[in-house]
Amino acid sequence: MFSQKIPDASNFVKGVDTSFMVILGIIFFFLIAITATMIYFVFRYRKSKNPKATQIHGSVSLEITWTIIPTILVMVMFYYGWIGYKPMKEAPEDAFTIKSIGRMWNWQFQYENGKQTDTLYVPLDRAVKLDLKALDVIHSLYIPAFRLKQDLVPGKKQMMWFIPGRVGEYDLFCTEYCGLQHSSMHTSVVVMPQDKFDKWYIDTTRVATLITDKPGALGHLIVKKNGCLACHSLDGSKLVGPSWKGLFGKTEVVITQGKKRELIVDSAYIHNSIHNPNSDIVKGFKRGLMLSYKDDLTDEDIDEIIKFMKTLSE
Amino acid sequence: MSETVLQHNQVSYLEYQGRFKGLFAWIFSTDHKRIGLLYLYSMLVLFSVAATLGLLMKIELIAPGKTIMDAQTYNSFFTLHGITMIFLIVVPGLPAVFGNFFLPIMIGAKDVAFPKLNLLSWWIYILGALVVLSSQFIGDGPPDTGWTFYAPYSFRTGTNMLPAVTGAFILGFSSIATGLNFIVTIHRMRAPGMAWMKMPLFPWALYGTAWIQVLATPIVGVTLLMIVLERTLQIGFFDPALGGDPILYQHLFWIYSHPAVYIMILPAMGVISEIIPTFARKTIFGYKAIVVSTLAIAFVGYFVWGHHMFTSGMSGTALYTFSILTFLVAIPSAIKIFNWVATLHKASIDIQTPFLWALCFLFVFMIGGLSGMVLGALSANVHLHDTAFVVAHFHFIVFGGTGFAFFGALHYWYPKMFGRMYDKGWANIGLAIFFTGFNTLYLPMFYLGMIGMPRRYYDYVEEFHGPNIVSSFGAMLMIAGLIIIITNLIRSARKGEIAEADPWKGKTLEWSIASPPTLENFDEIPVVTKQPYDYE
Repeated sequence: MFSQKIPDASNFVKGVDTSFMVILGIIFFFLIAITATMIYFVFRYRKSKNPKATQIHGSVSLEITWTIIPTILVMVMFYYGWIGYKPMKEAPEDAFTIKSIGRMWNWQFQYENGKQTDTLYVPLDRAVKLDLKALDVIHSLYIPAFRLKQDLVPGKKQMMWFIPGRVGEYDLFCTEYCGLQHSSMHTSVVVMPQDKFDKWYIDTTRVATLITDKPGALGHLIVKKNGCLACHSLDGSKLVGPSWKGLFGKTEVVITQGKKRELIVDSAYIHNSIHNPNSDIVKGFKRGLMLSYKDDLTDEDIDEIIKFMKTLSE
Repeated sequence: MSETVLQHNQVSYLEYQGRFKGLFAWIFSTDHKRIGLLYLYSMLVLFSVAATLGLLMKIELIAPGKTIMDAQTYNSFFTLHGITMIFLIVVPGLPAVFGNFFLPIMIGAKDVAFPKLNLLSWWIYILGALVVLSSQFIGDGPPDTGWTFYAPYSFRTGTNMLPAVTGAFILGFSSIATGLNFIVTIHRMRAPGMAWMKMPLFPWALYGTAWIQVLATPIVGVTLLMIVLERTLQIGFFDPALGGDPILYQHLFWIYSHPAVYIMILPAMGVISEIIPTFARKTIFGYKAIVVSTLAIAFVGYFVWGHHMFTSGMSGTALYTFSILTFLVAIPSAIKIFNWVATLHKASIDIQTPFLWALCFLFVFMIGGLSGMVLGALSANVHLHDTAFVVAHFHFIVFGGTGFAFFGALHYWYPKMFGRMYDKGWANIGLAIFFTGFNTLYLPMFYLGMIGMPRRYYDYVEEFHGPNIVSSFGAMLMIAGLIIIITNLIRSARKGEIAEADPWKGKTLEWSIASPPTLENFDEIPVVTKQPYDYE
């Protein structure tokens, strides 16, 4: 928040930091001056030094002075806060738009050409606009280095925009409490020079080349992108949802419409659990936490995930 | 006056034998002083619980990842910590304990206007507290929504949040009844000669507070009721899945919960306005300015709630208006600070424990208030909202302001309440450790917020580690100080030296009667002729 190397990480750093520093200057002055006066009075007028107090009932001129001066100062503070904020609401028309989705507990970024990532990649020196959407509860997208934050409210359209000013990788946090894994709803913003970004952007085949030979690798990638691992561990530890280690092929006790029953975890069950998460809840877990991924995952995606799960049961 | 009344007046309220004996002599007592102590003891227990939760949270945060508890436990800890501290301690605290005990005495009355309603308020308070605490033990696990119960998360969580909400709803009635009681008491029961402008400043502060309690609390009651209806009957007020609006919830919640901050801080300011002239041996500087600023804070405080929602997507006009009003509400607080410091000018200061608490209050309250200026500015707020900076800010106000004033009041009025004096040496040592710990705990959190650490985080990135270690260490130091302070007070209630009626040479009416006071406070209702802090 203090001295930043030039250039700033985003176009809003200057406005925010200026208002911060102006206010900090004023408040430090008052804090130090009042504290010092107070301590001086306590020493100067302690009982042993000043045995008899002088009774003073007040002073109208002083009251007026210390009403008017702070009023002027707070108006100055308001002004700096306002001019720093104003441009945040005025996104340029030609901004590069990325659909940004928050859900419990991961981020997803969808680009106009169909690319989907869990890390936000943006081009340097170009206006980027994030169209924000929350799928379940309120989240808040916060990039401290850019001095930017905006809540994502389910059912409401929100946006934020910025011009990245420096190449690098920056933290991106969720700052509106959203449940168990709130603090792990963390990813990065990667700022790339325009040419490098373009190369990355048009390369929609990269996902395909990544999968290579390892069985289930594509499924693993899909799982990571959709944030499944925020709630389902791969190592057997119990998170919000059942761990996937050894899950496929296992016999589970589930609650279906309030009744206990046993079933074997097979492709049909996985498929149904992704489309209708609350229909069969594994005993010991809570219902209502997982949303349907019907619109997010194709049948092919689910087949890949099942392939990946099978590798965890070997 | 009948003869029995005269007899009552010969023993102190602590020794008085009424219809009931033992515990019942307390929990069925309509004596405002006993009710004040009932609140004090209840809050002491609840405060110990909530402070321990806070300490455990800080120990968890001493290192990234899991330290002593899992994420679900951490989330339910900060929820219970917040609910208990806000709804059960800080909001009712000063009015319920010291307002009940001293308001009637300071205005020259024998009790509040409605003593039975007063006792009922305490019972409702206990009922609310039990319902809140029951949420921890029954149903599907402790609530994990945070004390704000933000929709729609509060509808999604599988935990047991309804009892917590219901408890907060019940507590509202206690608050309203106490507020109403105080308003009527102040209007109708002031001693002859005590004109409004001859009333001490603590009753003035309670008067402003009482109006907020009566007018703002119903809003949170209705809001919490709407949550209950939505969760049980699926009526869509706030949950977008049912066609509701989550932002509406935030508005309704903060329309109460921001004025609630002034319910917390106004009585604290009142306490400080009592302590400073007593130890300065000097009339308060700018009595009228302090009265007017009290009423101004109570009034303007209704119109600033939106500053909790700068990043929620409100319209520009609303944002600018809320930002300006937020800055304006700071001015009456600044005026009070200037008047308190000016009171010390040419005074003859007797430096005693309560005065040291008042000085520490001024310092931490200034940090709290001034850091609020940063948050009131729109652009800085966008960066700092919902980070550790906000947590530091409101702990400096709520704990630094109300908490310090509460302990200051306890050390100031202790000899009057119990007729005994605490050990001043230990009291000062406790304060020194507590004050150091407090600042070590919360100052690093300002820095953490500036470098971007969000609040309500169970786990954090390595960058935030250093300041968190310092902060956790401060928490331990602060708790050590608190233990010394509280142990000293508990021990001295039985073993302390017998206190005089007026150990601090105070001029307000409570110092003119016996310590501890008799059942009906005054043998004869006093006639007031002078200003409250008349040291001429």
